[in-house]
Amino acid sequence: MKIGVVTFPGTLDDRDAARAVRLAGAEAISLWHADADIKKVDAVVLPGGFSYGDYLRCGAIAAQAPVMKEIIKKANQGLPVLGICNGFQVLVESHLLPGGLIRNEHQHFICRDQGLRVENVDTAWTNAFSLNQEITIPLKNGEGGYIATKDELARLEGEGLVTFRYIGGNPNGSVNDIAGLRNERGNVVGLMPHPEHAVEPGFGPDTATAMRSGVDGLLFFKSVLNALVNA
Amino acid sequence: MPKIIVEVMPKADLLDPQGKAVANALHRAGNKDIAAVRIGKRIELHFEREIKDADIEKARQLGASFLSNDVIEDVVNVHVEN
Repeated sequence: MKIGVVTFPGTLDDRDAARAVRLAGAEAISLWHADADIKKVDAVVLPGGFSYGDYLRCGAIAAQAPVMKEIIKKANQGLPVLGICNGFQVLVESHLLPGGLIRNEHQHFICRDQGLRVENVDTAWTNAFSLNQEITIPLKNGEGGYIATKDELARLEGEGLVTFRYIGGNPNGSVNDIAGLRNERGNVVGLMPHPEHAVEPGFGPDTATAMRSGVDGLLFFKSVLNALVNA
Repeated sequence: MPKIIVEVMPKADLLDPQGKAVANALHRAGNKDIAAVRIGKRIELHFEREIKDADIEKARQLGASFLSNDVIEDVVNVHVEN
């Protein structure tokens, strides 16, 4: 299984995402923003960072990159795509997911281990979780406040597209504590927290058992392998 | 150089952190009559030729599709300056 990891100018977490892919048992393929060729990958991760320096709006310029044209086309045909943090912003700006992300309500950058509830497991990236499983994933962002129009929000909630909700405190003022979303088909998922930072004992969030032992993020990458095997 | 100006503002009902921070600083400096500050963007599209109606129409389209995000912002003005 080949999972592409896109690098835009200003991407930070592409190496971590590629490492997470390998730890889950897949091959990580580097994809370059200016290259429309996505090298026949089976899935794509849009990693976190500050693509194009967050110019114009977070993710807005990356959404216009040549590689995104191809990813948008393939995502609409069912290619699994995971957007993490800035990658989530790119998905929203690409209209693969609805709504928008604005500066945190309290106006501070926040970095902490964040509790999440997995509210939808019928996606390519969450099928290895159990419904309503509570997980801990590192969060680090300045513009993670999710918003959508009232009608859009009602639709998201009505159709069960909210995939992750913050628990133990809303870190950024996101409406309805929304931390992540899926599309109707379930192949596209975006979230603000960083699962690729919780994949290896010794480097993840703290747990009740031991410091830095949290590996809840690995299940995102295991999920997509399940989805690809069963496809 | 002729240019088309596209002005984008955060939606009125959304928090504008930049505006709020600037308003706080102005208040600290004694400008108590300034009730609020909101900060948007002025985007200049420069042309090396005369601007046609089609260019303005195109600028409106780009304003709605790329230069702003209608979930969080409004294009409040598109006009030509020579």
